[in-house]
Amino acid sequence: MIEVKDLTVRFGGVTSLDSMNVTFEPGTCGLIGPNGAGKTTFFNVLSGFVRPASGSVRAFGDDLLSVVHFRRARWGLRRTFQTEQAIEDLSVYDNVAIVHEHARQGGTARRRDVLDAISFAGLDVDPRAKVGTLGAGQRRLVELARAVVGRPKLVLLDEPAAGLPDEETRNLADVIGRIPSRTGALTILVDHDMSLVSACCQTTAVLDFGRLIASGPTAEVLRDEQVTRAYLGTADVT
Amino acid sequence: MLDTADARTGGRRQFRLRRPGPGTLVRAAVVTGLLLILLFAAPALLSAYYVDSMTQVAVYAMLAIGLGLLVGRVGLVSLGQIAVFAIGAWVTARLLFATSQPYPLVLLEAGASTMAVGTLVGLPALRLRGLYLALITLMLAGAFSIVLATTNFPNGGHGFLGYNGSSVHIPPIRRPSIATTDPAYFRYAVVVAALMFALVYAHIRTRPGRAWIAIRQSEPAAIAAGINTTLYKLWAFALASFITGVAGGIYAGAVHFLYSIDFPAQDSIILLAVVLMGGVYSMWGAIVAAFLLQLLPALLNDWGVSADWLTILFGVGVLQVLTTAPAGLVDQVPKDLARLGRLILRSTGPRHRQGVSEHDRG
Repeated sequence: MIEVKDLTVRFGGVTSLDSMNVTFEPGTCGLIGPNGAGKTTFFNVLSGFVRPASGSVRAFGDDLLSVVHFRRARWGLRRTFQTEQAIEDLSVYDNVAIVHEHARQGGTARRRDVLDAISFAGLDVDPRAKVGTLGAGQRRLVELARAVVGRPKLVLLDEPAAGLPDEETRNLADVIGRIPSRTGALTILVDHDMSLVSACCQTTAVLDFGRLIASGPTAEVLRDEQVTRAYLGTADVT
Repeated sequence: MLDTADARTGGRRQFRLRRPGPGTLVRAAVVTGLLLILLFAAPALLSAYYVDSMTQVAVYAMLAIGLGLLVGRVGLVSLGQIAVFAIGAWVTARLLFATSQPYPLVLLEAGASTMAVGTLVGLPALRLRGLYLALITLMLAGAFSIVLATTNFPNGGHGFLGYNGSSVHIPPIRRPSIATTDPAYFRYAVVVAALMFALVYAHIRTRPGRAWIAIRQSEPAAIAAGINTTLYKLWAFALASFITGVAGGIYAGAVHFLYSIDFPAQDSIILLAVVLMGGVYSMWGAIVAAFLLQLLPALLNDWGVSADWLTILFGVGVLQVLTTAPAGLVDQVPKDLARLGRLILRSTGPRHRQGVSEHDRG
């Protein structure tokens, strides 16, 4: 369980997160909101790239913010980035193994763990292939394999389906939906594709201008009038 | 989507990570062959003049692999390598005059000293990249060359600096007892350079090498993967400085006498340009760069052409590399030769076309 209390992030005069209070329960949770709502900033706080002005994050009983950023992978944090960041000059295997190697989780069975993660992500390529030779969809799957390898406790997916065609997105949704049952990790999904969010997430939280405006079961949240207004603008826009 | 169990066994069937492929064996054979030629054939075939310049090639191959490691593997640009090189030479000379330690031990100590200095220089690299890091390292190197000009290199004098300005008879820096002659010292330099290349190879094929590649592409992504970017960047600086310091030590023995004017700060810029020209993503690139830096001037001298033309050549060369071949000559030349070969084969007439297309497939 992740408990976020009074989390505030400011960049100069801009308040990106404004005393955000939210609890994420185990399973796959959606985090949605218009551009600039603070979703990625929230992920960056959890990853340690951004230091919040105030607030706390308790993750499975640990004070996550007190852990040095690069040690959070060892703690069990995994994340993907909005612009896909699989390492081009390494093989698929090494891309996944590098996380296993530095997160230092279950070092004895690295090969099996890495190959399992690759096949879990549904990557049907030679593990020795350089990531630079793969297509966009496959690279996204490499990132996903990196996110589930080892023993993750918390998986953050930042628009994992951005730029993918519909069929590959459905494929991805299937994999994302199975992450909690396979790894036991709490998964938070940020995406603008509502069909992906409703397909994967039992619960969803909505951010707007750095404030939490709704959270609850995904179907209810998506019907919420305030959410529709924040997300789509007023009715006359459509 | 594949069933997980099937995919797993399928993955295992086709997947042998640790077994070397035929390519690796060929490469190992080529490297061994080249080393044997260098060690046994080259000193016998070459004149004393070219043995000297080949010793310098070995020294500069170490300099180039050190800088190539920083630039190509980690993405850190240093313009202070000649200063580190000079420190390595300085420490070696001082220790050789002051003590009777064996040469390899002195080389290790020189490498350790430059490793300490280089890591300190690397500290700004934790915050800076690109142009700013290059600027900082260049200024440090400039400052060091001023220090060097006033303190001078040790020449058998007393005290910490070991410089004796009034001495009439300056003793030469000694060489290892097994390599006092020029051909023997050339072999010694090749062996040390080969060891340094092996050290780099061991790094880039394992954990630090993978971490450096991750850092080069994206630091946030590397951190998210659990990589201690601070540690690995300093590690790269330490390793590159160690190798550069050892190169300085080999240089000291090669030339016997050291002068501060032989280490101008601007040589670091030429070094970077030529290392880029050779190719920073391959270890062969460092060897190409060393030949360009040391053998080419020797050849031009031999032919009576001014070596100043090289500055122009290197300028054009680096421009060419940056615009058309980011992986350097070592990547571009084989590709262009293959293309040329295909072009020649194709132009020999239609009756050969069958053979050509087979060649292409192969």
